[in-house]
Amino acid sequence: MSALARLLLLVLLAFAGCQREERSFRADPVATESIEKVALVPLSPGPSGPVTDTSGKGKEYENNAYHLAQGKTLYKWMNCNGCHANGGGGSGPALIDDLWIYGGSIENIVQTIREGRPNGMPSFRGKIPDDQIWQIAGFVRSMSGNVPKDAAPGRDDALHPRPAENRTPEFPPVSGGAPPPR
Amino acid sequence: MRSAKIAFASLVALFASFACLTLAPAQPGSPGPMPAPPASAAPAEDGQWTMPAKNHASTRYSGLAEITTENVKNLQVAFTFSTGVNRGQEAAPIVVGSTMYVLSPYPNILYALDLAKPGAPLKWQYNPKPEAAAQGVACCDVVNRGPTFSGGKIFYNTLDGNVVAVDAESGQEAWKTKVGNINIGETMTMAPLVAKDKVLVGNSGGEYGVRGWLKALDANSGKVVWTAYSTGPDKEVLIGASYKPFYDSDKGQDLGVKTWPPDAWQQGGGTVWGWISYDPDLNLVYYGTGNPGPWNSDQRPGDNKFTSGIFARDLDTGEARWFYQFSPHDLYDWDGVNEQILLDMEWNGQPRKVLVRPERNGYVYVIDRVTGEVLSANVFGPVNTSTGVDLKTGRLQYVEAKKPQMGRVVRDICPTASGAKDWNPSAYSPRTGWLYLPHANLCMDVEHSSANYIAGTPYVGAEVRFKPGPGGHRGVFQAWDVRQGKTVWSSTENFPVWSGTVVTAGDVVFYGTMEGWFKALHARTGELLWQFKTSSGIIGQPTTYRGPDGRQYVAILSGVGGWAGAVVAGDLDVRDGTAALGFVNVMRDLKDVTTKGGTLYVFRLP
Repeated sequence: MSALARLLLLVLLAFAGCQREERSFRADPVATESIEKVALVPLSPGPSGPVTDTSGKGKEYENNAYHLAQGKTLYKWMNCNGCHANGGGGSGPALIDDLWIYGGSIENIVQTIREGRPNGMPSFRGKIPDDQIWQIAGFVRSMSGNVPKDAAPGRDDALHPRPAENRTPEFPPVSGGAPPPR
Repeated sequence: MRSAKIAFASLVALFASFACLTLAPAQPGSPGPMPAPPASAAPAEDGQWTMPAKNHASTRYSGLAEITTENVKNLQVAFTFSTGVNRGQEAAPIVVGSTMYVLSPYPNILYALDLAKPGAPLKWQYNPKPEAAAQGVACCDVVNRGPTFSGGKIFYNTLDGNVVAVDAESGQEAWKTKVGNINIGETMTMAPLVAKDKVLVGNSGGEYGVRGWLKALDANSGKVVWTAYSTGPDKEVLIGASYKPFYDSDKGQDLGVKTWPPDAWQQGGGTVWGWISYDPDLNLVYYGTGNPGPWNSDQRPGDNKFTSGIFARDLDTGEARWFYQFSPHDLYDWDGVNEQILLDMEWNGQPRKVLVRPERNGYVYVIDRVTGEVLSANVFGPVNTSTGVDLKTGRLQYVEAKKPQMGRVVRDICPTASGAKDWNPSAYSPRTGWLYLPHANLCMDVEHSSANYIAGTPYVGAEVRFKPGPGGHRGVFQAWDVRQGKTVWSSTENFPVWSGTVVTAGDVVFYGTMEGWFKALHARTGELLWQFKTSSGIIGQPTTYRGPDGRQYVAILSGVGGWAGAVVAGDLDVRDGTAALGFVNVMRDLKDVTTKGGTLYVFRLP
């Protein structure tokens, strides 16, 4: 391979990496509440399944290293780890397994954080700005390996409880899923 | 050699108990006669079990002796009952007359069972309908440690911060008083204690920056008579002219404010979720205060009064008489809420009114319950975090090398945050003079991080993972000689012993394991005499009573959970060792041996 071709390849590779760093410097106003039409269940009368309509904002956050890294920081700052630990759970359910009581899509998770859930999840509406909720939700998805590996955060410096998000095996949400036995 | 010694000791003790209980000569070389609870706090056996700790002295000793070391091997199931809730069952089944009262974890349903009929059918059930959201601010499973009976009513706390009184005959609600607020992280899990006309209750939430309190409610009306906070200015801690602590470090004005960084006492913890004892002669109540918040100790320089200690208060006014701090400036989440057994015993030739307290920090304390002086503090489990208790100053001597730090993992700290012994209460037999001590054998790695106070969310600031203690076993059940201050015999368990215990006049001691075995041991030798495998792990409190048919029964709730069993009760993911505040790291294999449950088992001889 000629030197030129090598250089070209390198440049291409470098650009390919840009998507994971892409970011908008003007986030939506803090009080915005993005509306996504999602369902909690796969069941709906008729053969077509539930009616959903999402804007694509979720992908934007899930594929973006900056948002996920921010989400990782906010996950601790907002005390999510107090109940969900580093994903294994505690007073709140585990987040690294495939069991999603209130839906495992990023849109579902945003709704869960914003509205709260009946058995103990608090409602954070008006307490966390909209784009930060999306960042946290994106990070939560990364904890079970459901975001691109090149965008997921690496290991942190603290006590090392489990593989970092970018090394975590993928556990896609399963309706009626369960934590692995061991 | 050891077993020969024990055999000899038990022979002598056996002889002593035949001769005369209180005046009998003690074991060779031991100081003074057999310690015994004050009669006013531990009335003669009536065959009932009306409060979780059996009596105000908290002995958990039953005078019933139909079940003996000889015949216990024949115990059989008499009846069972499902609580309908698959979470940790920490409550004690209580018995009043011919009715048994069983309390479930959240949603805290109270069941009354008719013991006079075959199969003990349901008489009624009462559902207080607690707020479901309360489950989100319960740190360590949605447990409840039991109901209590007094004056025709059953009293208990609900997870969402209500105290309820239910008519014991009809199951009708007599009153319901809201005293806790889940939006600031307050829940209630402790068993109330009723003394005279007052219902004493305290809050949980030491992991949520809750400010601890003990309240006295009027048993007839449910009105709050007094509230004593664990932190803050003296007038809110109810410290006044009658406050006379034994040690200098507990003396001074507004220590509940001054031993904290500015305003930190408002989120300072010291919750009151454990056991209360009451001495009718002194009219004093004794109870412990929980850990200071947050766990990260760098964020709260100072002694953090009045957390991780014990208060003596006047029952009528709530005024503090004395306070002693087991773990000043607690470094390890060592709540001081364990049980205190009130005993009258001889100390250096002098009769003393004492309380005995097996504490999370790994010491069994003998404290003069009149003055608050620590008479002795001896180690009962593996401890490398302190070198002892200075009896002149009363202070625990911490080991510098084991102090947790920010940004650095400090390894092999023993005991753990859950302590050498957690909430699960011990029992004292006046026949042996020994305390029967169910506890854990665990160590931990800790790294502190900056904790953020957001009301109603956890306020901890620590990454933790537990591991088995020396020897590899995780639980111990031991007999502890109160006078000598040392272990007499001990029996190891694979998992932490998270159940309470009861000891009887038949010299049988009962407890349960997290695998689900309900065991009967010989109180004098520790020999396993009988065991029965229940449907789920046991973390409850056994009780024993005389049924309407005149026979002795033993009752226990089976159903794993609590902090130690959260891995099963909460479906936690074992790949994260820090789950359940680090407990999951040492409990991964619990999922292999038990599943969730919630069943009452009652046993009887054929």
